[in-house]
Amino acid sequence: MTDLSALPPVGARTEIPILRERGQREVFCGLTGIVWLHRKMQDAFFLVVGSRTCAHLIQSAAGVMIFAEPRFGTAILTDRDLAGMADANDELDRICVTLLERRPDIRTLFLVGSCPSEVIKLDLAKAAERLNARLLPRVRVLNYSGSGIETTFTQGEDNALRAMVPLMAPTDEKQLLVVGCLADVVEDQFRRCFEALGIGPVHFFPPRRAADPPPVGRNTAVLAAQPFNGETIRALAARGATMLSAPYPFGAEGTTAWLAAAADEWEVPADRFAAVTAPMIDRARKALVRHRSHLAGKRVFFLPDSQLEIPLARFLHREMGMEPVEIGTPYLDRQMVAAELPLLPVTTTLSEGQHVDRQLDRLRAAAPDLTVCGLGLANPLEAEGLATKWSIELVFTPIHGYEQAGDLAEIFARPAERRARLRV
Amino acid sequence: MQLTLWTYEGPPHVGAMRVAASMRDVHYVLHAPQGDTYADLLFTMIDRSDRRPPVTYTTFQARDLGGDTAGLVTRTVVEAYERHRPQALLVGESCTAELIQDQPGALALGMHLPVPVIPLELPAYTKKENWGAAETFYQIARSLLAGRVPPPGSARGERVAGRRPRANVLGPTALGFRCRDDVVEVRRLLEELGIDVHVVAPMGASPDDIRRLPEADFNIDLYPETAHTTAAWLQRSFGMPCTKTVPMGLGATREFIAEVAHLAGVDPQPVLGRERPGVARLDASQARMQWYARSVDSTYLTGKRVFVFGDATHAIAAARIATEEMGFTVVGLGTYGREFARDVRAAAAHYGVEPLIADDYLEVEQAISAAAPELVLGTQMERHIAKRLGIACAVISAPIHVQDVPARYSPVYGFEGANVLFDTWVHPLVMGLEEHLLQMFRDDFEFADDAPASHLPRAGGSAPAPTDQEPAVVPDALPWTSEGEQELRKIPFFVRGKARRNTEAFARERGLREITVETLYDAKAHFGR
Repeated sequence: MTDLSALPPVGARTEIPILRERGQREVFCGLTGIVWLHRKMQDAFFLVVGSRTCAHLIQSAAGVMIFAEPRFGTAILTDRDLAGMADANDELDRICVTLLERRPDIRTLFLVGSCPSEVIKLDLAKAAERLNARLLPRVRVLNYSGSGIETTFTQGEDNALRAMVPLMAPTDEKQLLVVGCLADVVEDQFRRCFEALGIGPVHFFPPRRAADPPPVGRNTAVLAAQPFNGETIRALAARGATMLSAPYPFGAEGTTAWLAAAADEWEVPADRFAAVTAPMIDRARKALVRHRSHLAGKRVFFLPDSQLEIPLARFLHREMGMEPVEIGTPYLDRQMVAAELPLLPVTTTLSEGQHVDRQLDRLRAAAPDLTVCGLGLANPLEAEGLATKWSIELVFTPIHGYEQAGDLAEIFARPAERRARLRV
Repeated sequence: MQLTLWTYEGPPHVGAMRVAASMRDVHYVLHAPQGDTYADLLFTMIDRSDRRPPVTYTTFQARDLGGDTAGLVTRTVVEAYERHRPQALLVGESCTAELIQDQPGALALGMHLPVPVIPLELPAYTKKENWGAAETFYQIARSLLAGRVPPPGSARGERVAGRRPRANVLGPTALGFRCRDDVVEVRRLLEELGIDVHVVAPMGASPDDIRRLPEADFNIDLYPETAHTTAAWLQRSFGMPCTKTVPMGLGATREFIAEVAHLAGVDPQPVLGRERPGVARLDASQARMQWYARSVDSTYLTGKRVFVFGDATHAIAAARIATEEMGFTVVGLGTYGREFARDVRAAAAHYGVEPLIADDYLEVEQAISAAAPELVLGTQMERHIAKRLGIACAVISAPIHVQDVPARYSPVYGFEGANVLFDTWVHPLVMGLEEHLLQMFRDDFEFADDAPASHLPRAGGSAPAPTDQEPAVVPDALPWTSEGEQELRKIPFFVRGKARRNTEAFARERGLREITVETLYDAKAHFGR
């Protein structure tokens, strides 16, 4: 139902050879997700049970300390806890109770496991159970792992959401459930879109209040807004929900295909779909075309970071005319990118995991026009003459949907534009 | 277990990274899980380093734990050595690896690499970043100088006649506060005195440079937080004397010059002779700040209440500068570093304030809020506190953020450092003449007296406007009559909080039940200012 004739033909790439690597990973751990999850669910507190390293990581990844008392913190294990002089469980309970006394506005407390808490086998599920017996109904305590030994960067969100699935009320009503943290402004845009298409009721997960999770059941259709929530979606499937397979809503094409998946499920007539989406597609294309001259024909290299690499490379390739040289992804969840892989060019190398030094060797040999990488690598690569884009901006900035398509392209065009301006 | 929202220092292995990243030809293999590579961005983003820190991480995962994490260490050590060919290899672990007890340092030592392997044992659950930096520097010096330590009791050889005296400059590291420029400033001072800088370490030093440390005549302990352990060991083992003065501030710079001249056996007069302390003339010092502090515009700085917090070295120096060189009043002094807490306690006693030894951010915020200063001299953490409380702030110590690594030359040590500090501390305050105008026009209906200094933006538009309300609620606050409250509003905002607090304390002491205009002025007369 979308006019895709202007776009490159779909590659016959169903079985892609994967370059699997092991070695040093220049990727955050799952704790980092707290940075955006606590903004989304403002009645929740995220308490990492870990070390000073965990606290330092979140503080450094968050960049700025906007809040005096942020809705996240770290219960730092000390040698007393490790030596068994203090009962770690008693200590944890004490900290949680003190914390909740300070913050009576908190309704949900997430205990977040870390590398050290998992290595010493501190049972946070038991801790949550114990605290719930004491604190419910005023506060509910949940737990999940954000540890680096178990999770990469955005998997933290997946684990947090999966921990909330058991709290979702059962329903048999036919409904759409959009899964994956989105900026409120983007959620509102999508909500209006679905309403205009006659699709509903629509729920977003995570909810804006952790205490009000949406219901789920056998007539729930799940549409993934982020490619990294595979475990959550499988948990929802176990509750009877069905996943709609679609590319992710990046760019005009991606957003249209994504909406179309829901429209098909709701049997929205083609003319109604076209009438609703045409003005938005038009607007998005106008916004995109401005940046195309900076990007078309250029070669892009993605280092693994947020799992967004595959859908974003697809967007840059199909809508901005870029050539992805290598697409690195921390791990490949085929189910979550089933609709994306066939849209990638056959010439691209797809790599899973990381051995950062070997990958940088390939990067230098390929000498791409743009490298998408983490903050630890960006300046050193710039100093080697490579133009870079920090990948974390793609996680912290609203980039989904028609109205953000131009912003998304601009993020990738900015390094080239900046280079063109500078005369120093 | 300790609840932490924001932390002043990272874990000790980040201190080790600061040392490794400052040096040349060393590499650090860190046994650590995924995620710990976040520390790289501290160097590449905050310090704007144009190279990756020389660190290779083993990145072990949960599935490795039952298997061969030790094998992962040895494979990583081999790969890192082959790829980077360092002159010395540091091997250590982060907090999680400490728990699985693979002993990466011992493993690497057993591999008989053709370069020195320096194992680092940095207890992550008891120690922090600065300690880790100091310990790493010490372990590097000890390992590389092993076998060169003279037997105890050996006399130190006399300096060859005719050779200029030599000093090592110890302590500057990446992510330290203004280390890059302080070193330049100190080098200039030493050169003027006829003293050669032999080795600067860790910043810019190679393992061979570390081996040359004992060839110098004495050491300059420029940053005790990172250098003191090493300097003390060099003193014990090689009989190398060491400076005690940190040249931050004009007075301290002069004392530093006298001290190094004495240690080097040179005449300080060529440099100190140009200094005339106490003289109000532009040419009375090599630092302009002496005249600036004495010029009449600076009168308004008199008695400004400042709260000082940082690492011990910078906090103690800042308190002295604030008192003796700016004419401020120190109303709070503290440090997050327990290693030098005793020195900070002594300094606090000297200024008659309660020392604040804390790494709990909320405790620091509470102390600042209660002291109601007009200026906060702190770390980038206090910048956030001050912004929220609507108080002027200048950063004087690590931890730093990207704006504390300016492009321009901006040392805080030496004569130029004294100038830089004068400018950076005065800038956030309401300017001298402007303060008079505020007083003159405060009743003008078009004049909003809670406006911040006109030359400052409203901090991104999101910061709260300065307010006279104490964020901490006073439990037994006394009621004000409406006339009293109105009169209070006429007092300029930057002293209003203090006036409110003093008046309420005054009223409480006298058992008054409400506060009137009379009480306000009685209290004003009582406290005076």
